Amino acid sequence: MDDLITIDRLTKNYGKVEAVKELDLKVRRGEIFGFLGPNGAGKTTTMRVMTTLTKPNSGRVSIDGLDVVKEGERVKELIGVVQQHLSLDRDLSIRENMVLHARLHRMRSTERENRIRELIEYAGLSEHADKMVDVLSGGMKKRATIMCALLHRPQLLFLDEPTVGLDAQTRRRMWDLVRRLNSDGTTIFLTTHYIEEAQALCDRVGIIDHGRLIALGSPLELRQKLGMVAVEMQGDNNGTRYQYFSDRAGATRFVQDIASQDQTIIIRESNLEDVFVELTGQKVGDA
Amino acid sequence: MSNAITDIYSVLWPELRFLRRHWLSILATSLVSPVLYLVAFGYGLGNNLTVEGVSYIAFIIPGIVALTSMTVSFGGAAMKLNVDRLYYKSFDEFLMSPISHSSIVVGKALLGVVRGLLSCGAIIVMGVFISPQLIIDPLFILSLLVSCLAFSFFGVFAALVVNSHQSMSTFNSLVMLPMTFLCGTFFALSQVPEAVRMVLYVLPLTQSSECIRSAALGEHFPWISLIALVGFGAIFYFASMYKLKKSSI
Ligand SMILES: Nc1ncnc2c1ncn2[C@@H]1O[C@H](COP(=O)(O)OP(=O)(O)O)[C@@H](O)[C@H]1O
Ligand SMILES: [Mg+2]
Repeated sequence: MDDLITIDRLTKNYGKVEAVKELDLKVRRGEIFGFLGPNGAGKTTTMRVMTTLTKPNSGRVSIDGLDVVKEGERVKELIGVVQQHLSLDRDLSIRENMVLHARLHRMRSTERENRIRELIEYAGLSEHADKMVDVLSGGMKKRATIMCALLHRPQLLFLDEPTVGLDAQTRRRMWDLVRRLNSDGTTIFLTTHYIEEAQALCDRVGIIDHGRLIALGSPLELRQKLGMVAVEMQGDNNGTRYQYFSDRAGATRFVQDIASQDQTIIIRESNLEDVFVELTGQKVGDA
Repeated sequence: MSNAITDIYSVLWPELRFLRRHWLSILATSLVSPVLYLVAFGYGLGNNLTVEGVSYIAFIIPGIVALTSMTVSFGGAAMKLNVDRLYYKSFDEFLMSPISHSSIVVGKALLGVVRGLLSCGAIIVMGVFISPQLIIDPLFILSLLVSCLAFSFFGVFAALVVNSHQSMSTFNSLVMLPMTFLCGTFFALSQVPEAVRMVLYVLPLTQSSECIRSAALGEHFPWISLIALVGFGAIFYFASMYKLKKSSI
Protein backbone atom coordinates (compact mmCIF):
# COMPACT_ATOMS: atom_id res chain seq x y z
CA MET A 1 0.00 0.00 0.00
CA ASP A 2 1.35 3.47 -0.63
CA ASP A 3 2.50 5.79 2.11
CA LEU A 4 0.90 9.17 2.62
CA ILE A 5 3.16 10.36 5.45
CA THR A 6 6.84 9.52 5.70
CA ILE A 7 8.74 10.60 8.78
CA ASP A 8 12.46 10.12 8.55
CA ARG A 9 14.69 10.42 11.64
CA LEU A 10 12.72 13.34 13.01
CA THR A 11 14.23 15.12 16.01
CA LYS A 12 12.79 18.13 17.78
CA ASN A 13 14.21 19.78 20.89
CA TYR A 14 12.82 22.55 23.02
CA GLY A 15 15.97 23.86 24.64
CA LYS A 16 17.23 20.92 26.64
CA VAL A 17 14.00 18.96 26.37
CA GLU A 18 14.19 16.34 23.64
CA ALA A 19 10.53 16.18 22.69
CA VAL A 20 10.99 13.84 19.70
CA LYS A 21 14.06 11.70 19.06
CA GLU A 22 15.00 10.20 15.71
CA LEU A 23 11.46 9.17 14.91
CA ASP A 24 10.85 7.00 11.84
CA LEU A 25 7.28 6.34 10.82
CA LYS A 26 5.15 5.74 7.77
CA VAL A 27 1.41 6.24 7.58
CA ARG A 28 -0.50 4.56 4.77
CA ARG A 29 -3.02 6.19 2.55
CA GLY A 30 -6.56 5.37 3.64
CA GLU A 31 -5.88 4.12 7.14
CA ILE A 32 -6.76 5.35 10.60
CA PHE A 33 -3.43 5.63 12.31
CA GLY A 34 -3.25 6.08 16.07
CA PHE A 35 -0.31 7.70 17.80
CA LEU A 36 -0.58 6.41 21.35
CA GLY A 37 1.46 7.63 24.29
CA PRO A 38 1.27 9.21 27.74
CA ASN A 39 1.11 12.96 28.29
CA GLY A 40 4.41 14.56 27.38
CA ALA A 41 5.46 11.70 25.10
CA GLY A 42 5.88 13.98 22.10
CA LYS A 43 2.65 13.36 20.18
CA THR A 44 1.62 16.98 19.79
CA THR A 45 5.14 18.03 18.91
CA THR A 46 5.29 15.43 16.13
CA MET A 47 1.93 16.60 14.88
CA ARG A 48 2.98 20.25 14.93
CA VAL A 49 5.94 19.39 12.73
CA MET A 50 3.77 17.42 10.32
CA THR A 51 1.29 20.29 10.11
CA THR A 52 3.97 22.94 9.39
CA LEU A 53 3.54 24.81 12.68
CA THR A 54 6.94 23.84 14.03
CA LYS A 55 10.23 23.25 12.25
CA PRO A 56 12.22 20.13 13.14
CA ASN A 57 15.82 20.28 14.39
CA SER A 58 16.71 17.47 12.06
CA GLY A 59 15.07 14.83 9.97
CA ARG A 60 12.41 15.08 7.30
CA VAL A 61 8.69 14.77 7.06
CA SER A 62 6.91 14.45 3.75
CA ILE A 63 3.22 14.28 3.02
CA ASP A 64 2.18 12.86 -0.33
CA GLY A 65 5.77 13.35 -1.43
CA LEU A 66 5.88 17.02 -0.40
CA ASP A 67 8.40 18.20 2.17
CA VAL A 68 6.55 19.91 5.03
CA VAL A 69 9.31 22.47 5.54
CA LYS A 70 10.18 23.31 1.95
CA GLU A 71 6.75 22.84 0.43
CA GLY A 72 4.64 23.89 3.39
CA GLU A 73 2.24 25.95 1.32
CA ARG A 74 1.22 22.96 -0.77
CA VAL A 75 1.12 20.63 2.21
CA LYS A 76 -1.36 22.98 3.90
CA GLU A 77 -3.80 22.40 1.06
CA LEU A 78 -3.72 18.63 1.56
CA ILE A 79 -4.24 18.50 5.28
CA GLY A 80 -6.93 19.37 7.79
CA VAL A 81 -5.93 19.84 11.39
CA VAL A 82 -7.87 19.63 14.63
CA GLN A 83 -5.73 20.73 17.50
CA GLN A 84 -5.74 19.38 21.00
CA HIS A 85 -7.16 22.63 22.36
CA LEU A 86 -10.31 24.16 21.06
CA SER A 87 -9.17 26.58 18.41
CA LEU A 88 -12.45 28.15 17.33
CA ASP A 89 -12.85 31.91 17.51
CA ARG A 90 -15.14 32.41 20.51
CA ASP A 91 -16.34 35.75 19.29
CA LEU A 92 -17.99 34.10 16.31
CA SER A 93 -20.79 31.61 15.71
CA ILE A 94 -20.14 28.11 14.40
CA ARG A 95 -21.15 29.14 10.90
CA GLU A 96 -18.94 32.22 11.02
CA ASN A 97 -16.02 30.12 12.16
CA MET A 98 -16.58 27.91 9.16
CA VAL A 99 -16.77 30.91 6.85
CA LEU A 100 -13.47 32.12 8.28
CA HIS A 101 -11.82 28.77 7.65
CA ALA A 102 -13.17 28.57 4.15
CA ARG A 103 -11.91 32.06 3.46
CA LEU A 104 -8.49 31.24 4.86
CA HIS A 105 -8.42 28.35 2.41
CA ARG A 106 -9.47 30.65 -0.42
CA MET A 107 -12.74 28.94 -1.20
CA ARG A 108 -15.05 30.89 -3.48
CA SER A 109 -18.28 32.13 -1.99
CA THR A 110 -20.77 29.83 -3.75
CA GLU A 111 -18.67 26.74 -3.13
CA ARG A 112 -18.19 27.95 0.42
CA GLU A 113 -21.89 28.30 1.13
CA ASN A 114 -22.70 24.86 -0.23
CA ARG A 115 -19.87 23.12 1.52
CA ILE A 116 -20.66 24.74 4.87
CA ARG A 117 -24.30 23.75 4.65
CA GLU A 118 -23.31 20.21 3.73
CA LEU A 119 -20.88 19.84 6.62
CA ILE A 120 -23.19 21.39 9.19
CA GLU A 121 -25.72 18.75 8.25
CA TYR A 122 -23.12 15.99 8.20
CA ALA A 123 -22.12 16.85 11.76
CA GLY A 124 -25.71 17.16 12.94
CA LEU A 125 -25.23 20.79 13.90
CA SER A 126 -28.03 22.35 11.86
CA GLU A 127 -29.91 23.70 14.86
CA HIS A 128 -26.79 25.13 16.45
CA ALA A 129 -24.92 26.61 13.53
CA ASP A 130 -25.77 30.19 14.31
CA LYS A 131 -25.06 29.97 18.02
CA MET A 132 -21.93 31.42 19.52
CA VAL A 133 -19.18 28.93 20.27
CA ASP A 134 -19.31 29.23 24.03
CA VAL A 135 -22.92 28.16 24.47
CA LEU A 136 -22.33 24.77 22.82
CA SER A 137 -21.44 21.52 24.57
CA GLY A 138 -17.91 20.14 24.43
CA GLY A 139 -18.87 17.49 21.91
CA MET A 140 -20.53 19.99 19.59
CA LYS A 141 -17.54 22.31 19.75
CA LYS A 142 -15.27 19.44 18.86
CA ARG A 143 -17.45 18.35 15.96
CA ALA A 144 -17.60 21.94 14.74
CA THR A 145 -13.82 22.15 14.86
CA ILE A 146 -13.56 18.96 12.84
CA MET A 147 -16.00 20.33 10.26
CA CYS A 148 -13.85 23.46 9.96
CA ALA A 149 -10.85 21.26 9.26
CA LEU A 150 -12.77 19.39 6.56
CA LEU A 151 -14.01 22.39 4.61
CA HIS A 152 -11.32 22.36 1.95
CA ARG A 153 -11.67 18.58 1.44
CA PRO A 154 -8.28 17.50 2.84
CA GLN A 155 -6.97 14.05 1.98
CA LEU A 156 -5.46 13.74 5.41
CA LEU A 157 -7.02 14.73 8.70
CA PHE A 158 -4.98 15.23 11.86
CA LEU A 159 -6.82 14.88 15.16
CA ASP A 160 -4.87 15.67 18.32
CA GLU A 161 -6.55 13.93 21.26
CA PRO A 162 -10.01 14.23 19.71
CA THR A 163 -11.96 12.85 22.68
CA VAL A 164 -10.21 14.39 25.67
CA GLY A 165 -12.77 15.87 28.01
CA LEU A 166 -15.76 14.24 26.33
CA ASP A 167 -18.16 11.94 28.18
CA ALA A 168 -18.44 8.29 27.22
CA GLN A 169 -21.45 8.62 24.88
CA THR A 170 -20.04 11.64 23.13
CA ARG A 171 -16.75 9.85 22.72
CA ARG A 172 -18.43 6.91 20.97
CA ARG A 173 -20.26 9.29 18.65
CA MET A 174 -16.93 10.91 17.87
CA TRP A 175 -15.48 7.50 17.02
CA ASP A 176 -18.38 6.88 14.67
CA LEU A 177 -17.74 10.20 13.01
CA VAL A 178 -14.06 9.39 12.55
CA ARG A 179 -14.91 5.98 11.04
CA ARG A 180 -17.42 7.60 8.71
CA LEU A 181 -14.87 10.18 7.53
CA ASN A 182 -12.38 7.43 6.97
CA SER A 183 -14.76 5.29 4.97
CA ASP A 184 -15.53 8.38 2.88
CA GLY A 185 -11.87 8.32 1.89
CA THR A 186 -10.00 10.53 4.35
CA THR A 187 -6.80 9.22 5.86
CA ILE A 188 -6.79 9.86 9.60
CA PHE A 189 -3.82 10.49 11.86
CA LEU A 190 -4.94 10.78 15.45
CA THR A 191 -3.11 11.02 18.72
CA THR A 192 -4.52 9.71 21.95
CA HIS A 193 -3.52 8.68 25.41
CA TYR A 194 -6.61 6.48 25.70
CA ILE A 195 -5.74 2.91 24.94
CA GLU A 196 -9.37 1.89 24.32
CA GLU A 197 -9.53 4.58 21.70
CA ALA A 198 -6.51 3.30 19.83
CA GLN A 199 -7.81 -0.26 20.11
CA ALA A 200 -11.37 0.55 19.04
CA LEU A 201 -10.62 2.92 16.22
CA CYS A 202 -7.23 2.45 14.66
CA ASP A 203 -6.06 0.19 11.85
CA ARG A 204 -2.52 0.62 13.07
CA VAL A 205 -1.03 2.04 16.20
CA GLY A 206 2.38 3.55 16.93
CA ILE A 207 3.30 3.71 20.59
CA ILE A 208 5.47 6.67 21.53
CA ASP A 209 7.18 7.25 24.85
CA HIS A 210 9.77 9.88 25.78
CA GLY A 211 9.93 10.98 22.17
CA ARG A 212 10.72 7.54 20.80
CA LEU A 213 8.59 5.13 18.83
CA ILE A 214 8.62 1.89 20.80
CA ALA A 215 6.10 -0.26 18.94
CA LEU A 216 4.22 -0.24 15.67
CA GLY A 217 1.53 -2.46 14.20
CA SER A 218 -2.18 -3.24 14.21
CA PRO A 219 -3.69 -3.71 17.67
CA LEU A 220 -3.92 -7.41 16.90
CA GLU A 221 -0.29 -7.69 15.78
CA LEU A 222 0.88 -5.87 18.87
CA ARG A 223 -1.10 -8.22 21.09
CA GLN A 224 0.15 -11.25 19.21
CA LYS A 225 3.73 -10.16 19.77
CA LEU A 226 3.08 -10.01 23.50
CA GLY A 227 0.72 -12.99 23.76
CA MET A 228 -3.02 -13.11 23.22
CA VAL A 229 -3.82 -14.33 26.71
CA ALA A 230 -2.92 -12.57 29.94
CA VAL A 231 -2.66 -14.08 33.40
CA GLU A 232 -3.14 -11.55 36.16
CA MET A 233 -1.97 -12.57 39.63
CA GLN A 234 -3.41 -10.32 42.30
CA GLY A 235 -3.01 -10.21 46.06
CA ASP A 236 0.70 -10.77 46.00
CA ASN A 237 2.77 -8.51 48.25
CA ASN A 238 4.49 -7.11 45.19
CA GLY A 239 1.17 -5.93 43.77
CA THR A 240 -0.32 -7.48 40.66
CA ARG A 241 1.95 -9.45 38.36
CA TYR A 242 1.27 -10.38 34.75
CA GLN A 243 2.30 -13.18 32.43
CA TYR A 244 1.41 -13.51 28.76
CA PHE A 245 0.76 -16.61 26.68
CA SER A 246 0.05 -17.25 23.07
CA ASP A 247 -3.05 -19.32 23.87
CA ARG A 248 -5.40 -20.35 26.67
CA ALA A 249 -3.92 -23.79 27.01
CA GLY A 250 -0.50 -22.38 27.90
CA ALA A 251 -2.04 -19.96 30.34
CA THR A 252 -4.11 -22.65 32.02
CA ARG A 253 -1.10 -24.92 32.42
CA PHE A 254 0.87 -22.09 33.99
CA VAL A 255 -1.92 -21.29 36.42
CA GLN A 256 -2.24 -24.93 37.52
CA ASP A 257 1.48 -25.09 38.23
CA ILE A 258 1.62 -22.01 40.44
CA ALA A 259 -1.82 -22.34 42.06
CA SER A 260 -1.87 -21.11 45.63
CA GLN A 261 -4.65 -20.05 47.98
CA ASP A 262 -3.74 -16.48 48.87
CA GLN A 263 -3.76 -15.27 45.30
CA THR A 264 -6.55 -14.23 42.97
CA ILE A 265 -5.69 -15.32 39.47
CA ILE A 266 -7.48 -14.05 36.38
CA ILE A 267 -7.08 -15.39 32.89
CA ARG A 268 -8.25 -12.98 30.23
CA GLU A 269 -7.55 -11.77 26.70
CA SER A 270 -4.60 -9.44 26.51
CA ASN A 271 -5.15 -5.89 25.28
CA LEU A 272 -3.21 -2.90 24.09
CA GLU A 273 -2.80 -1.66 27.63
CA ASP A 274 -0.83 -4.80 28.43
CA VAL A 275 1.37 -4.10 25.44
CA PHE A 276 1.92 -0.57 26.59
CA VAL A 277 2.67 -1.46 30.19
CA GLU A 278 5.11 -4.16 29.19
CA LEU A 279 6.92 -1.85 26.82
CA THR A 280 7.15 1.20 29.01
CA GLY A 281 6.94 -0.19 32.52
CA GLN A 282 4.22 2.28 33.34
CA LYS A 283 0.52 2.81 33.01
CA VAL A 284 -0.53 5.24 30.32
CA GLY A 285 -1.30 8.59 31.89
CA ASP A 286 1.14 8.18 34.78
CA ALA A 287 3.96 9.92 33.01
CA MET B 1 -1.84 41.17 -5.78
CA SER B 2 -5.64 40.82 -5.88
CA ASN B 3 -5.06 37.50 -4.19
CA ALA B 4 -3.18 39.26 -1.39
CA ILE B 5 -5.98 41.78 -0.97
CA THR B 6 -8.57 39.00 -0.69
CA ASP B 7 -6.33 37.21 1.82
CA ILE B 8 -5.90 40.35 3.91
CA TYR B 9 -9.63 40.86 3.91
CA SER B 10 -10.12 37.25 5.00
CA VAL B 11 -7.83 37.82 7.97
CA LEU B 12 -9.66 41.01 8.88
CA TRP B 13 -13.11 39.54 8.28
CA PRO B 14 -13.77 37.91 11.69
CA GLU B 15 -12.69 41.11 13.42
CA LEU B 16 -15.10 43.16 11.33
CA ARG B 17 -17.87 40.72 12.23
CA PHE B 18 -17.07 41.23 15.89
CA LEU B 19 -16.84 44.97 15.51
CA ARG B 20 -20.18 45.13 13.77
CA ARG B 21 -21.79 43.33 16.67
CA HIS B 22 -20.17 45.29 19.47
CA TRP B 23 -19.20 48.62 17.90
CA LEU B 24 -21.05 50.78 20.36
CA SER B 25 -19.51 49.35 23.51
CA ILE B 26 -16.08 49.16 21.88
CA LEU B 27 -16.34 52.79 20.82
CA ALA B 28 -17.68 53.97 24.17
CA THR B 29 -14.92 52.17 26.11
CA SER B 30 -12.22 53.61 23.92
CA LEU B 31 -13.53 57.16 24.40
CA VAL B 32 -13.52 57.21 28.18
CA SER B 33 -9.94 58.25 28.73
CA PRO B 34 -9.64 60.77 25.87
CA VAL B 35 -12.82 62.49 27.00
CA LEU B 36 -11.55 62.60 30.57
CA TYR B 37 -8.29 64.14 29.38
CA LEU B 38 -10.22 66.64 27.33
CA VAL B 39 -12.37 67.67 30.27
CA ALA B 40 -9.71 67.59 32.98
CA PHE B 41 -6.88 69.21 31.06
CA GLY B 42 -8.75 71.15 28.42
CA TYR B 43 -11.46 72.72 30.53
CA GLY B 44 -10.13 72.19 34.02
CA LEU B 45 -6.62 73.45 33.50
CA GLY B 46 -6.63 75.34 30.33
CA ASN B 47 -9.49 77.80 30.40
CA ASN B 48 -7.36 80.85 29.92
CA LEU B 49 -4.13 79.28 28.79
CA THR B 50 -2.55 79.67 25.40
CA VAL B 51 0.26 77.56 24.03
CA GLU B 52 2.37 78.68 21.08
CA GLY B 53 -0.28 81.24 20.23
CA VAL B 54 -3.36 78.98 20.24
CA SER B 55 -5.87 78.29 22.97
CA TYR B 56 -4.90 75.35 25.13
CA ILE B 57 -8.00 73.38 24.20
CA ALA B 58 -7.27 73.78 20.49
CA PHE B 59 -3.73 72.71 21.26
CA ILE B 60 -4.56 69.50 23.06
CA ILE B 61 -7.37 68.21 20.83
CA PRO B 62 -4.96 67.15 18.06
CA GLY B 63 -2.67 65.75 20.76
CA ILE B 64 -5.51 63.67 22.11
CA VAL B 65 -6.33 62.48 18.61
CA ALA B 66 -2.71 61.36 18.22
CA LEU B 67 -2.78 59.73 21.63
CA THR B 68 -6.01 57.92 20.81
CA SER B 69 -4.62 56.71 17.50
CA MET B 70 -1.80 55.18 19.52
CA THR B 71 -3.70 53.55 22.37
CA VAL B 72 -6.71 52.34 20.40
CA SER B 73 -4.79 51.10 17.36
CA PHE B 74 -2.15 49.45 19.47
CA GLY B 75 -4.64 47.86 21.83
CA GLY B 76 -7.04 46.90 19.06
CA ALA B 77 -4.34 45.06 17.17
CA ALA B 78 -2.53 43.64 20.19
CA MET B 79 -5.10 42.46 22.72
CA LYS B 80 -7.17 40.04 20.68
CA LEU B 81 -4.18 38.70 18.79
CA ASN B 82 -2.29 38.06 22.00
CA VAL B 83 -5.22 36.22 23.57
CA ASP B 84 -5.90 34.26 20.36
CA ARG B 85 -2.28 33.25 20.17
CA LEU B 86 -1.64 32.36 23.80
CA TYR B 87 -4.93 31.17 25.23
CA TYR B 88 -7.30 30.17 22.49
CA LYS B 89 -4.71 28.92 20.03
CA SER B 90 -6.98 30.14 17.26
CA PHE B 91 -4.08 32.05 15.75
CA ASP B 92 -2.54 28.70 14.75
CA GLU B 93 -5.46 28.29 12.35
CA PHE B 94 -4.19 31.29 10.42
CA LEU B 95 -0.68 29.92 10.39
CA MET B 96 -1.89 26.55 9.08
CA SER B 97 -3.81 28.11 6.22
CA PRO B 98 -2.18 28.75 2.84
CA ILE B 99 -2.29 32.51 3.47
CA SER B 100 1.10 34.20 3.57
CA HIS B 101 2.60 35.67 6.72
CA SER B 102 2.58 39.14 5.23
CA SER B 103 -1.18 39.00 4.59
CA ILE B 104 -1.69 37.79 8.15
CA VAL B 105 0.39 40.60 9.66
CA VAL B 106 -1.26 43.28 7.53
CA GLY B 107 -4.76 41.88 8.12
CA LYS B 108 -4.26 41.77 11.87
CA ALA B 109 -2.84 45.31 11.83
CA LEU B 110 -5.80 46.63 9.86
CA LEU B 111 -8.05 45.70 12.75
CA GLY B 112 -6.12 48.22 14.85
CA VAL B 113 -6.44 50.78 12.08
CA VAL B 114 -10.20 50.32 11.81
CA ARG B 115 -10.66 50.68 15.54
CA GLY B 116 -8.26 53.61 15.75
CA LEU B 117 -10.04 55.49 12.98
CA LEU B 118 -13.41 54.84 14.56
CA SER B 119 -12.37 56.27 17.92
CA CYS B 120 -10.37 59.14 16.48
CA GLY B 121 -13.30 59.97 14.21
CA ALA B 122 -15.53 60.41 17.24
CA ILE B 123 -13.00 62.65 18.94
CA ILE B 124 -12.54 64.73 15.81
CA VAL B 125 -16.29 65.29 15.65
CA MET B 126 -16.27 66.45 19.27
CA GLY B 127 -13.15 68.46 18.58
CA VAL B 128 -14.55 70.55 15.75
CA PHE B 129 -17.57 71.40 17.89
CA ILE B 130 -15.38 72.55 20.75
CA SER B 131 -12.80 74.28 18.65
CA PRO B 132 -14.03 75.12 15.13
CA GLN B 133 -10.64 76.47 14.08
CA LEU B 134 -9.25 72.92 13.67
CA ILE B 135 -8.44 72.04 10.06
CA ILE B 136 -9.41 68.58 8.93
CA ASP B 137 -7.66 68.36 5.56
CA PRO B 138 -6.08 65.53 3.53
CA LEU B 139 -2.77 66.06 5.31
CA PHE B 140 -4.51 65.62 8.65
CA ILE B 141 -6.22 62.43 7.44
CA LEU B 142 -2.97 61.12 6.02
CA SER B 143 -1.16 61.76 9.30
CA LEU B 144 -3.90 60.05 11.24
CA LEU B 145 -3.89 57.03 8.92
CA VAL B 146 -0.13 56.62 9.06
CA SER B 147 -0.19 56.98 12.81
CA CYS B 148 -2.90 54.33 13.24
CA LEU B 149 -1.06 51.99 10.89
CA ALA B 150 2.30 52.43 12.61
CA PHE B 151 0.90 51.79 16.07
CA SER B 152 -1.12 48.84 14.79
CA PHE B 153 2.03 47.17 13.49
CA PHE B 154 3.60 47.94 16.83
CA GLY B 155 0.61 46.20 18.47
CA VAL B 156 0.89 43.14 16.22
CA PHE B 157 4.56 42.85 17.04
CA ALA B 158 3.93 43.19 20.78
CA ALA B 159 1.20 40.54 20.62
CA LEU B 160 3.56 38.14 18.86
CA VAL B 161 6.43 38.72 21.25
CA VAL B 162 4.80 39.03 24.64
CA ASN B 163 4.18 35.64 26.18
CA SER B 164 1.71 36.33 28.95
CA HIS B 165 -1.13 38.62 29.79
CA GLN B 166 0.89 39.82 32.76
CA SER B 167 3.76 40.96 30.56
CA MET B 168 1.29 42.69 28.28
CA SER B 169 0.13 44.94 31.10
CA THR B 170 3.71 45.48 32.27
CA PHE B 171 4.50 46.57 28.73
CA ASN B 172 1.55 48.94 28.81
CA SER B 173 2.73 50.59 32.01
CA LEU B 174 6.37 50.79 31.01
CA VAL B 175 6.03 51.87 27.39
CA MET B 176 2.57 53.16 26.56
CA LEU B 177 1.82 55.12 29.72
CA PRO B 178 5.01 57.23 29.70
CA MET B 179 4.45 58.01 26.02
CA THR B 180 0.92 59.13 26.84
CA PHE B 181 2.18 61.92 29.04
CA LEU B 182 5.54 62.78 27.57
CA CYS B 183 5.11 62.97 23.84
CA GLY B 184 3.74 66.44 23.41
CA THR B 185 0.11 65.52 23.88
CA PHE B 186 -0.49 67.93 26.72
CA PHE B 187 2.40 70.37 26.39
CA ALA B 188 4.54 71.86 23.64
CA LEU B 189 7.91 70.26 23.23
CA SER B 190 9.44 73.70 22.90
CA GLN B 191 8.84 74.06 26.64
CA VAL B 192 11.17 71.26 27.70
CA PRO B 193 14.99 71.42 27.91
CA GLU B 194 16.94 70.58 24.78
CA ALA B 195 18.34 67.27 26.08
CA VAL B 196 14.93 65.95 27.11
CA ARG B 197 13.47 67.07 23.80
CA MET B 198 16.06 65.03 21.90
CA VAL B 199 15.02 61.94 23.81
CA LEU B 200 11.32 62.56 23.30
CA TYR B 201 11.80 62.97 19.56
CA VAL B 202 12.83 59.35 19.37
CA LEU B 203 9.40 58.26 20.58
CA PRO B 204 6.86 57.61 17.85
CA LEU B 205 3.95 59.32 19.58
CA THR B 206 5.95 62.56 19.48
CA GLN B 207 6.18 62.29 15.71
CA SER B 208 2.51 61.49 15.49
CA SER B 209 1.49 64.47 17.67
CA GLU B 210 3.73 66.77 15.64
CA CYS B 211 2.17 65.70 12.34
CA ILE B 212 -1.43 65.69 13.44
CA ARG B 213 -1.16 68.96 15.34
CA SER B 214 0.66 70.81 12.58
CA ALA B 215 -1.97 69.73 10.08
CA ALA B 216 -4.85 70.61 12.40
CA LEU B 217 -3.50 74.04 13.29
CA GLY B 218 -2.32 74.86 9.79
CA GLU B 219 1.34 75.10 10.79
CA HIS B 220 4.37 74.16 8.73
CA PHE B 221 4.03 70.40 8.14
CA PRO B 222 6.89 68.23 9.50
CA TRP B 223 7.35 65.78 6.64
CA ILE B 224 10.36 64.28 8.39
CA SER B 225 8.12 63.26 11.28
CA LEU B 226 5.70 61.62 8.90
CA ILE B 227 8.52 59.71 7.26
CA ALA B 228 9.82 58.71 10.68
CA LEU B 229 6.38 57.38 11.52
CA VAL B 230 6.25 55.38 8.30
CA GLY B 231 9.69 53.99 9.11
CA PHE B 232 8.55 53.11 12.59
CA GLY B 233 5.59 51.15 11.21
CA ALA B 234 7.82 49.43 8.66
CA ILE B 235 10.25 48.34 11.34
CA PHE B 236 7.49 46.65 13.29
CA TYR B 237 6.01 45.09 10.17
CA PHE B 238 9.34 43.46 9.38
CA ALA B 239 9.94 42.58 13.01
CA SER B 240 6.56 40.81 13.08
CA MET B 241 7.39 38.91 9.90
CA TYR B 242 10.71 37.87 11.40
CA LYS B 243 9.04 36.76 14.62
CA LEU B 244 6.51 34.61 12.73
CA LYS B 245 9.24 33.02 10.71
CA LYS B 246 11.39 32.33 13.72
CA SER B 247 8.67 31.11 16.04
CA SER B 248 7.88 28.27 13.69
CA ILE B 249 11.43 26.95 14.05
N1 LIG C 1 6.60 24.93 23.19
C1 LIG C 1 7.28 24.12 24.03
N2 LIG C 1 8.32 24.61 24.74
C2 LIG C 1 9.02 23.82 25.56
N3 LIG C 1 8.77 22.52 25.76
C3 LIG C 1 7.75 21.97 25.11
C4 LIG C 1 6.95 22.74 24.21
N4 LIG C 1 5.99 21.94 23.68
C5 LIG C 1 6.20 20.73 24.24
N5 LIG C 1 7.25 20.74 25.07
C6 LIG C 1 7.78 19.57 25.82
O1 LIG C 1 8.01 18.54 24.90
C7 LIG C 1 7.60 17.29 25.43
C8 LIG C 1 6.55 16.65 24.52
O2 LIG C 1 5.37 17.40 24.60
P1 LIG C 1 4.09 17.10 23.69
O3 LIG C 1 4.54 16.90 22.30
O4 LIG C 1 3.11 18.18 23.94
O5 LIG C 1 3.57 15.72 24.29
P2 LIG C 1 2.14 15.02 24.14
O6 LIG C 1 1.37 15.70 23.09
O7 LIG C 1 2.47 13.61 23.81
O8 LIG C 1 1.48 15.10 25.48
C9 LIG C 1 7.10 17.57 26.84
O9 LIG C 1 8.15 17.32 27.73
C10 LIG C 1 6.77 19.03 26.81
O10 LIG C 1 6.93 19.59 28.07
MG1 LIG D 1 -0.47 16.58 23.26
